[in-house]
Amino acid sequence: MNRYIKKPIVALAAGIVALSASLASAVEIEYWQYTYGSRVKAIDALIETFEAANPGITVKHTNFPYADYRKKVAIAVSAGDGPDVVQLYYGWLNDYRDSGLLQPLSKEAFPHASIESEFFPMVSTMKVDGDYWGLPTAVRALALFYNKDLFAAAGLSGAPETLDEMVEYAKKLTKKDSGGNYEVVGYATDGGAGQEHHFMREVLTRLFGGAPYSDDGTKVTYNDAAGAKALKYLTDFQMTHKTGASGFMNRGQDAFKAGKAGMVLDGSFRINTFKKVEELNFGIAELPGHEGNRYNFASYWINGISSKAEGEKLAAANKFLQHITNDAAMQLWLDTVGELPAKPAIALTDENQAHPYFGPFIRGLGYATATAFKSEKPQRQAIIDAIDMVTLQGVSPSDALNKVAKDEQEVLDDYYDN
Amino acid sequence: MFVSFWNKLSINQKLAITAWLFLAVPIAFYVIIRFYPTFEAFYVSTLKWNLLGAKKYIGLRNYEKIFADEDFWLVLSNTFKYAGVGVPISLFLAFSIAYFLNEINRWHDFIRALYFIPFLTTAVAMAWVWKWFYQPMPIGYINYFLTSVGIPAQPFLKSVHQGLYAIMAPAVWAGLGFQVIIFIAGIRAIPRSYYEAAEIDGAGRWQILREITLPSLKPTVIFLTVVSTIGFLRIFDQVYSMTTNGSGGPLNTTKPLVLMIYEFAFDEFKLGRAAALTVILFVILLVISMFQLWLMRKKP
Repeated sequence: MNRYIKKPIVALAAGIVALSASLASAVEIEYWQYTYGSRVKAIDALIETFEAANPGITVKHTNFPYADYRKKVAIAVSAGDGPDVVQLYYGWLNDYRDSGLLQPLSKEAFPHASIESEFFPMVSTMKVDGDYWGLPTAVRALALFYNKDLFAAAGLSGAPETLDEMVEYAKKLTKKDSGGNYEVVGYATDGGAGQEHHFMREVLTRLFGGAPYSDDGTKVTYNDAAGAKALKYLTDFQMTHKTGASGFMNRGQDAFKAGKAGMVLDGSFRINTFKKVEELNFGIAELPGHEGNRYNFASYWINGISSKAEGEKLAAANKFLQHITNDAAMQLWLDTVGELPAKPAIALTDENQAHPYFGPFIRGLGYATATAFKSEKPQRQAIIDAIDMVTLQGVSPSDALNKVAKDEQEVLDDYYDN
Repeated sequence: MFVSFWNKLSINQKLAITAWLFLAVPIAFYVIIRFYPTFEAFYVSTLKWNLLGAKKYIGLRNYEKIFADEDFWLVLSNTFKYAGVGVPISLFLAFSIAYFLNEINRWHDFIRALYFIPFLTTAVAMAWVWKWFYQPMPIGYINYFLTSVGIPAQPFLKSVHQGLYAIMAPAVWAGLGFQVIIFIAGIRAIPRSYYEAAEIDGAGRWQILREITLPSLKPTVIFLTVVSTIGFLRIFDQVYSMTTNGSGGPLNTTKPLVLMIYEFAFDEFKLGRAAALTVILFVILLVISMFQLWLMRKKP
């Protein structure tokens, strides 16, 4: 055979063999999360280190706006498309699980003993029917953000330590014009939206001696005297003390960003938002306590493996999930996103605890609980509705709670009926 | 073979075949994209189904649950409030504007274009702008204006009484342009001779309006009533964009039926319940459309 024909044919054949071999070993998995600048950056950085450590696996990172997130995941996975590894809010776990969107984590790749000894105890909410369904990279807690300039102008030197002090401070910080309209609100309330419904459920109810749910999670129990006191405390900022109104400057965080709010409740993920505002001189403190007790609410996003992943994709997905929930990933997440590591060994270092911004959140994790949501949206709406009933319709706190507790109980019953 | 077959056909047969060929595309489209899902919805409404899991036949349980849910009745009454209050107001405004706009010749086209612009704008963008108008002091324009003339600031979207009307306002405003155009076309289609005859007989302006203009506009009014009733019964974008978390609050007082369907389907993944609600909406719209046909049939 002519060598000008033979050689190229041999080369071509070798090329095809090499190419098909590499195709066979190249696995591409998809990772989905919602669009949030720093989260996207953090995952991109983690994918880079992952791909370097695991040649032959590539990860395709897709993100889209929060508003469409749940819908798109549900529709894509049900069509046999979509992500292999997916990020979801821990409160959605049951919705996702019931819909068959997730598969349980394998006990070999993620031994239960090490999850239970290494992660914060609240992660146990992700164990359902004897299996873990997802793991967080980071956890979040709540804290009180306060405007140092407004505090100084009102003659206050530090953040309030107790619920009573918080009311007193809010009154001192509030400013109104001659027509009675707010110019500065002492405490920027969101009427239960944002993070405030968590504050009501897991913090105030417990501070006044109650509990939001029965221990086994099957019954709503906040509709008692303690719950009524908690709801009265929260709505009194608007109704009695007149230190702020829901909707002022749109949301509490907007009012705080504009320097028009003395105090606001929010999560650690808001630190970076407020840090970007140059004129804003703010401090962060642990949530105020009551009668010597403190409580906090913790939440997190988990990474789960979708029901679509199988075979070598599943193996790759397991590896990727291990990679994004390891110690290095957690530190990177704290530095990039501002969310707290999900393992006490990494979160509770002296350096982190003394940090002026992360410190109060990390100390709060020590006494935080995470609500085991069955269906997050209607459960959130129940608390918002209770606050609206009191502030807009003049319903008494205990009547309002009785009404919404009935609605929320239906959500729980619906879940346990299945 | 095809050519010889084609050549044997008469002109009319060729025309019919060509017409059906062209019609086949929209017919196929409607059958697959519109009619099939519509009938599928009737079936899904009898299921307990969360999009992925097994479908469980539960008969009319979804309907029973809907009718026993007091929120449903509130939402239904909200939906009819949007239509019942929104339609008369927008028709009255549109007719008044069209009537007077028809009288002027200077700037006529320009002003008409101004009224039409909101109709072209994205409902969501507009809803957000209006949401900001309604904000409390110090950032809401409307409250700024009210307080500057000595009227106390109003809660608007944060009120269980004002919320629905505050959301209805931009919806009315957005639809106005379209209705004005249709009314002007209707007014211009009335033969001039009617007016000339009336003037010769010495009829006044008011009499001409009542005896000639309005009766002649009956088909226009019926058409606009039906179209905008259906529009208001399906209101969604404005409510979703203007209320906190898109929840139709406060306390569901602004939530329309379509938003409730959306929540059941895509927040709670209760597809069966959502489908049952769409069937209810379908029946409501069907009854209204049949009523329209019946009205149109009677000659004025």
